[in-house]
Amino acid sequence: MQKDIKRLSLILLFAPFALWITLLILLPHIGMVVLSLREKVAPRVYEYGFANYIEFFNEPIYWNTLIRTGSMSLLVTVLALIIGFPIAYYIAKIAGPRMRGALFLLCLIPLWVSDLIRAFGWILLLRETGVISSFLQWLGILSGPIEMLYNDVTVIIGLVYTVILFMIVPLASTLDGMDNSMIEAGYNLGGRGSTVLRRIIIPYAMPGIASGCIIVFMLTAGSYLTPILLGGKNSSWFTEQIYDQFITRYNWESGAAFGMLLLAFTSIVVWLGLKLTGQTLANTVTKT
Amino acid sequence: MLWGYRAYVLAFFIFLAAPLLSAATFAFNDSLFPALPWQGFTLSWFFGDTEPKLGMFYDRRLISGLYYSFIIAVMVSLLTVFIGTCNAFLFVRKDFPGKNFFYILMIVPLVIPGVILGISILVLASSAANGLENQFNFELELLRPGIFLVVLGQISFTATITSLVIAAKLKKFDITMEEAALNLGASTNRVLWTVTLPFLRSAMIAAGIVAFLVSFENFNTTLFLVGSESPLTITMFDRVHKVGSTPVLNAVSFFLMVGSGLLAILSIFVQRDKSARN
Repeated sequence: MQKDIKRLSLILLFAPFALWITLLILLPHIGMVVLSLREKVAPRVYEYGFANYIEFFNEPIYWNTLIRTGSMSLLVTVLALIIGFPIAYYIAKIAGPRMRGALFLLCLIPLWVSDLIRAFGWILLLRETGVISSFLQWLGILSGPIEMLYNDVTVIIGLVYTVILFMIVPLASTLDGMDNSMIEAGYNLGGRGSTVLRRIIIPYAMPGIASGCIIVFMLTAGSYLTPILLGGKNSSWFTEQIYDQFITRYNWESGAAFGMLLLAFTSIVVWLGLKLTGQTLANTVTKT
Repeated sequence: MLWGYRAYVLAFFIFLAAPLLSAATFAFNDSLFPALPWQGFTLSWFFGDTEPKLGMFYDRRLISGLYYSFIIAVMVSLLTVFIGTCNAFLFVRKDFPGKNFFYILMIVPLVIPGVILGISILVLASSAANGLENQFNFELELLRPGIFLVVLGQISFTATITSLVIAAKLKKFDITMEEAALNLGASTNRVLWTVTLPFLRSAMIAAGIVAFLVSFENFNTTLFLVGSESPLTITMFDRVHKVGSTPVLNAVSFFLMVGSGLLAILSIFVQRDKSARN
């Protein structure tokens, strides 16, 4: 009797989980794989094969876009780490206890404002008639308006801005758990600032670095709004290709293939990141 | 040295605030364009009822976007808190074969790009709808792009977030409190409703607020699943993308910043208040 109740409660608790994962994650992805392997040869006649994937590798525009998206995402990840690490260290180790809470909150607030509004804010600042251009003209530094949108540098700045909080939060919470005496010991033993950073602080912060980098890379490679709005027509971001295939050309088969390629690409990078740093997925995600 | 460091931190926070300030400030500029020069203070981008300065509260498309976003966010937040609570009990309290594997499955949706979640659900729902139509000549409108699919798409990854938040709280629960209640003769059901769930309430509220905000601002997944009832982010994106933006978009931005800021503070407050008492 008691055992039956236990079993029943397990089944009841498992049901929502099973429904969610099966209907919203597993089946849709299986459906996408099947669709990506299908090719329309005549109206209502389909053949199965790798034609959509072969098309991707035969058309340089497609794979160049994926490589470009991947390399720019890596650059964004590295920049976010370099810019974010000192901030996280300041929040966790240098700021006083009161200040620490306030700064942490300040870091989190933009997190709750959608990417769209943040990109919109950047547009108002950077465009030809924007705040920075007008201000520089007013100061007399510029003689005419300057367009700062629609180039790669702006896209990278915009992306770093959008994702940097996901780097700072796990870093700050990892560094927060570090005992200050470890740093002091390093100095007492005659280590210089750079040595202490390299031999003590960075190894300790490694779990935070790993989880920040993985989340940031995934978010950047999968982002759509920021490259489109700040990069304009020539942003050539891979998610834009997927949208194009799905919505504009209504070619769902190759859109699904592109989607699988993006998923495979980000998964491989995430997996490599976990292997190289010796972290597990569960630890990584719960940090953020 | 330390001063240089402080200046860097300050510069960083200016960088963080600049676009938000620029988006918010121009909501109050009495000009047809969200740009300098400053033409004086106005509230007509909120309350103006005539063209060309039609305020956000009189702009029918923006208001209906706001309405759909709200409906979607409420549904997502209720459903994901339910799923999240079940998952928390499942993974914290129960033991079953393959538990680690299922735990990883639960986390995976967070590392799948939102665009992929959107298209995969679109593909499955459409092929199901097409199948029904071809086999039984039965059109199931629910499976075509629209609010229902948007809600499903957003649940697919938001449920992971709520599960993690609620499970973290349940892990801190002292099991002896339940045992004490059981020893005093309470039924299992009663213990759940009077001891365990009240303990979890703060985490459930906080998870619900987080889910609400995540849903409200989601774009990538929603983009592929949206039908004729566009939520606010989609409506705004169309306007930003196709030039012709007026400060009414700044007014919406300001409104959303204040709204989500208040909700975020509320969620922190709910959690802190409870932990202080325990």
